[in-house]
Amino acid sequence: MVEKDLSVSLCGIRMQNPVVPASGTFGFGLELADSLDLGVLGGISLKGTTREARFGNPTPRIAECTAGMINSVGLQNPGIEVLVTEKAPALRRIYGGVIIANISGYSVEEYAYNCARADACPAIDILEVNVSCPNVHGGGMAFGTDAASAAAVTKAVRAVARKPVFIKLSPNVTDIVSIARACEDAGADGITLVNTFLGMRIDIRKRKPVIANKMGGFSGPAIFPVALRMVWQVAHACRIPVMGCGGVARAEDVVEMMMAGATAVQVGAENLRNPQASPEIVAALPALMGSLGINSLQEIIGIV
Amino acid sequence: MQKRIFNIEANDPVARDTFRIVLRTDGDVSVRSGQFVDIALPGFYLRRPISVSDRLPDGVVLYYKVVGEGTRAMAAMRPGAQLELLLPLGSGFHPERCREAALLVGGGLGAAPLYLLAKELLAAGKAATAVLGFNRADEICLTEEFRALGVPVLIATLDGSVGTKGFVTDAIAAAQPTFDRFYSCGPLPMMKAVCAALDAPGEVSLEERMGCGAGFCYGCSVQTRGGARRVCADGPVFDKEEVLW
Repeated sequence: MVEKDLSVSLCGIRMQNPVVPASGTFGFGLELADSLDLGVLGGISLKGTTREARFGNPTPRIAECTAGMINSVGLQNPGIEVLVTEKAPALRRIYGGVIIANISGYSVEEYAYNCARADACPAIDILEVNVSCPNVHGGGMAFGTDAASAAAVTKAVRAVARKPVFIKLSPNVTDIVSIARACEDAGADGITLVNTFLGMRIDIRKRKPVIANKMGGFSGPAIFPVALRMVWQVAHACRIPVMGCGGVARAEDVVEMMMAGATAVQVGAENLRNPQASPEIVAALPALMGSLGINSLQEIIGIV
Repeated sequence: MQKRIFNIEANDPVARDTFRIVLRTDGDVSVRSGQFVDIALPGFYLRRPISVSDRLPDGVVLYYKVVGEGTRAMAAMRPGAQLELLLPLGSGFHPERCREAALLVGGGLGAAPLYLLAKELLAAGKAATAVLGFNRADEICLTEEFRALGVPVLIATLDGSVGTKGFVTDAIAAAQPTFDRFYSCGPLPMMKAVCAALDAPGEVSLEERMGCGAGFCYGCSVQTRGGARRVCADGPVFDKEEVLW
């Protein structure tokens, strides 16, 4: 069998494979260092970080659904200084792949500040700017549901960063393509999509929402076709690369996302039900490529 | 943390809505009292975290209550079927911090992890007394297992049908057992009352709805005196002083 080439080039950065655990579903990577071989992962997107430390939302923060789950963690994180001085450098010492800092904020100024700090951290390769978290009132998603706001964040961040800047978009919008294009026009180097879908469950015995914060972000295999459609639309409307995310659970989903136009593919909720999901997907890719007649993953990006 | 396949050896009702399941695997199993396993149930998206009640050389014994669709499906599984478990998870109790005599205070199925703790305490040459609270007689379980170890058992039932009528704190006040450290698992109001009533140092096992069960999704975080802690990975066992009731 011909040796399979899993590598891809993302904004000029070589990744040994396109598989990246998605932000919020893999901690800072360090939490899993003893349980699995991080080295096989193409990249790791770290837990979303704000300027100040946050405890996040009250519990329960998790609700099970058919073929998915809702989370309302609310950006629990230790703050940007801990990310750049402790977490990212500690991960760099044990991991050679692409490290992606996921940045949140409550104002354009905070986004810019956090990105400047992450940009100055040698351990971090890519900035992923989250304008799409559905779990924080007054922040985050407000920027991602409006093209002008998303562009304003992109422009401010672009001005302070030398590293590639990806904008992570919310699917809870009417026209994702117009927002993606606005980010591209404002200088984004890439787009990550999609974040979670706003969802809700009610405990019919207790007659109240399962999630303490009432609503949360729905993710899991149920959203895969919708995420794939959005990746396809955006990848064909923009010239910048896309990291596809949403319901990816198996190697087949990675190939499908790449055929839709994704250069890298993020694995999210599946990590929570199976901590070894991401390495298992990487391991399954060569045989799948063989059965599909694919020699290089780079060649299938956007072929549909 | 490992992901391993276990065979169901037994899965039987032992009290009202309460089942005891015995799971065996290939090879040695390493788990301490207070730790838990996270079970993948066919047809359900998230795993079910369940504390370990006893450790076998190649397996675990768990008790669980049928509270929803997942546990109902689990109760219908027959011996010979397989389950995929993550284990061991969580921090566990600290039997080594007990000097001579421990008080084990369980509410309902909170008795389950205290059983393995009792075995660990006895193996280390320490004494233990169990105080177990239940709502009513048909919910009582594990008491004979504790007694078979030689551990005295005080029972409290809310309806007074067995033992002291009232809460575990009433049974403790009536019997005045001797101990230098206590360990508790059960409903939060019960553990709060126990911690308020007992002067000795103690540990409690908290429960929270979990995502990953292994410390990386931050779905089960609680505020403690020492800051934010993940119930699944920093706990589920915490010193009583740490808990913000």
